[in-house]
Amino acid sequence: MIGWLDTVIQGILLGGLYALFAMGLSLIFGVMRLVNIAHGDLIVLAAYLALVVVDATGLGPLNALVICVPAMFVLGYVLQRGLLNFTLGGDILPPLLVTFGLSVIIQNALLQTFSADPRALRLGGVETGSFHLGAGIAVGYFPLLVLGVAVALTGALELLFAHVPLGRAFRATSDDPEAVQLMGVNDRHVYGLAMGIALAIVAVAAVFYGIRTTFAPTDGPDRLLFAFEAVIIGGLGSFSGTLAGGIVLGVAQTIGFRLDPGWGVLTGHLAFLAVLLFKPTGLFPRTR
Amino acid sequence: MSERATKASRVGAVIAVLALVAFTTMPWWGESSWMRTFVEFACLLTLAQMWNLLAGYGGVVSIGQQAFLGLGAYALFVLADHAQVNPFLCVPLAGLVAAIIAWPTAKVVFRLRGGYFAVGTWVVAEVYRLLIANASFLGGGSGKSLAAVRPFTKAVRESVTYWIALTLVVSAIAFLYLLLRSRHGLALTAIRDSERAAASQGIDVEATKLWVYIASAAGCGVAGALYYLNTVRVSPDAAFNVGWTAYIIFIVVIGGIGTIEGPILGTLIFFSLREALADYGSVYLIVLGAVAVLVMVKFPRGLWGYVQQRFDLRFFPVQRRAATGATALGARPATSGTRN
Repeated sequence: MIGWLDTVIQGILLGGLYALFAMGLSLIFGVMRLVNIAHGDLIVLAAYLALVVVDATGLGPLNALVICVPAMFVLGYVLQRGLLNFTLGGDILPPLLVTFGLSVIIQNALLQTFSADPRALRLGGVETGSFHLGAGIAVGYFPLLVLGVAVALTGALELLFAHVPLGRAFRATSDDPEAVQLMGVNDRHVYGLAMGIALAIVAVAAVFYGIRTTFAPTDGPDRLLFAFEAVIIGGLGSFSGTLAGGIVLGVAQTIGFRLDPGWGVLTGHLAFLAVLLFKPTGLFPRTR
Repeated sequence: MSERATKASRVGAVIAVLALVAFTTMPWWGESSWMRTFVEFACLLTLAQMWNLLAGYGGVVSIGQQAFLGLGAYALFVLADHAQVNPFLCVPLAGLVAAIIAWPTAKVVFRLRGGYFAVGTWVVAEVYRLLIANASFLGGGSGKSLAAVRPFTKAVRESVTYWIALTLVVSAIAFLYLLLRSRHGLALTAIRDSERAAASQGIDVEATKLWVYIASAAGCGVAGALYYLNTVRVSPDAAFNVGWTAYIIFIVVIGGIGTIEGPILGTLIFFSLREALADYGSVYLIVLGAVAVLVMVKFPRGLWGYVQQRFDLRFFPVQRRAATGATALGARPATSGTRN
């Protein structure tokens, strides 16, 4: 019984990382209905960026965020203004195809540059430290930090959307991109900022991901699927829902992994499909 | 009075008959490496046409077609090695298996719309991959070899596989052509252009989409079985790889989505690029991806769409034309805005 409790706790902690993967995807879903197939590959790209920064400057991985977060923000803004804005419109194929193409380009470019060998970011011991809750349950400091950051970012995004002018512009552009232009809002700029913020969050997620496990150029697609599942499980249009969805996915995976090491990812997918079948709007849909 | 035949389609028909004779007799005059390459070509072209049917005509964008390719491949291995069915007969049966599994699959994934649907189909493909990778009697993650072809001589195996490939690719194109000229084809393009308008004209949108999804799955199942009959070895990571869908989407988009000629042109470009950049590892994929992105943004109708517009050249005319020779109707309108 205690064993299962431990499994659920570790699942919740893993869910914090998945929520971070999903947060940026949720943001761009919400603002521009864009399904970014390259999202996972951008996470892996950001992890390699952090690796390069750590190697070049000697900073620790967490301090490297000072460089990685603005760099990814700029990349997101430029990517949106320079390419992705051309694909927005009524048709669903252009955004899917273009981001799918980006995914293949990023993966193979990373493969050519860094080879297929798995890499990792090192914190120097802190990542393996833990404290005991009693009854043999240990909670790692680092996974707890990741979950804490996920909760804080969720709160920050909810606040941004509810009370800050930029958040209002995001919501208004999402509701009616034509009408906001009459109000003096440049929708293309708003989309650029949304993608910039999404990739800034991706940079944070990527550094935590690189510290937690190893990463390789072809790991992007799985990150995308986990992020996507978290968003859909949680319900579209709500960051708290995405956080909850990430945690549900994390718990489903650790339970599956405990049953059989080959089933971890599979049970996560099955939980996602079960939500689709029985509650297609997600577990915590935003009612508007 | 209107008709659909064009000068190009009549000339094309004559060339096609001559080509068919040449291709059918290839086992007597060709080299076995040519036949193996043709089998691969036929598989990719069939997969591309099946995706074209789904996305280019039905407006259903899936990035999980590798699910049915892999299921078709494994159906071949199970039926031939475990149930002792003739391996060549297993190829069409694999299509049937894929179609049967596609039905419940559709019930789940069609709960998602648009881009969400696309990623959902990918998740489903991963579920099938992981289920098979966990099945030890199928060789688990490392896959298995096809024992059932051992009794056949190399010549018999290669020629029969080749003929199946030729039959498959010809019938896939014929199926698409005849389907699109029928009222069902018209219903399909109507749904692509506007689901709501199509429904208001009495088209059963959900049933048509389900049906086209199943038909496309069957085609992918046959192609998957054929591909792995050719390579005689399968593994879950290879057969259920999303790379398959990347290839076929690039082929269709570069060639020209929503045309029958486009994927043929696209497959030729794919093979040429791969040969030309064979010494540079995965660089051809970077080039292919970049070209596809460029084509999608700048020429959304692809190379063939451009040719069609510029020269009014149609080998597979599916739309009616006024007898005076006026420009055909029904071409796919250019999509996506031009603002950035």
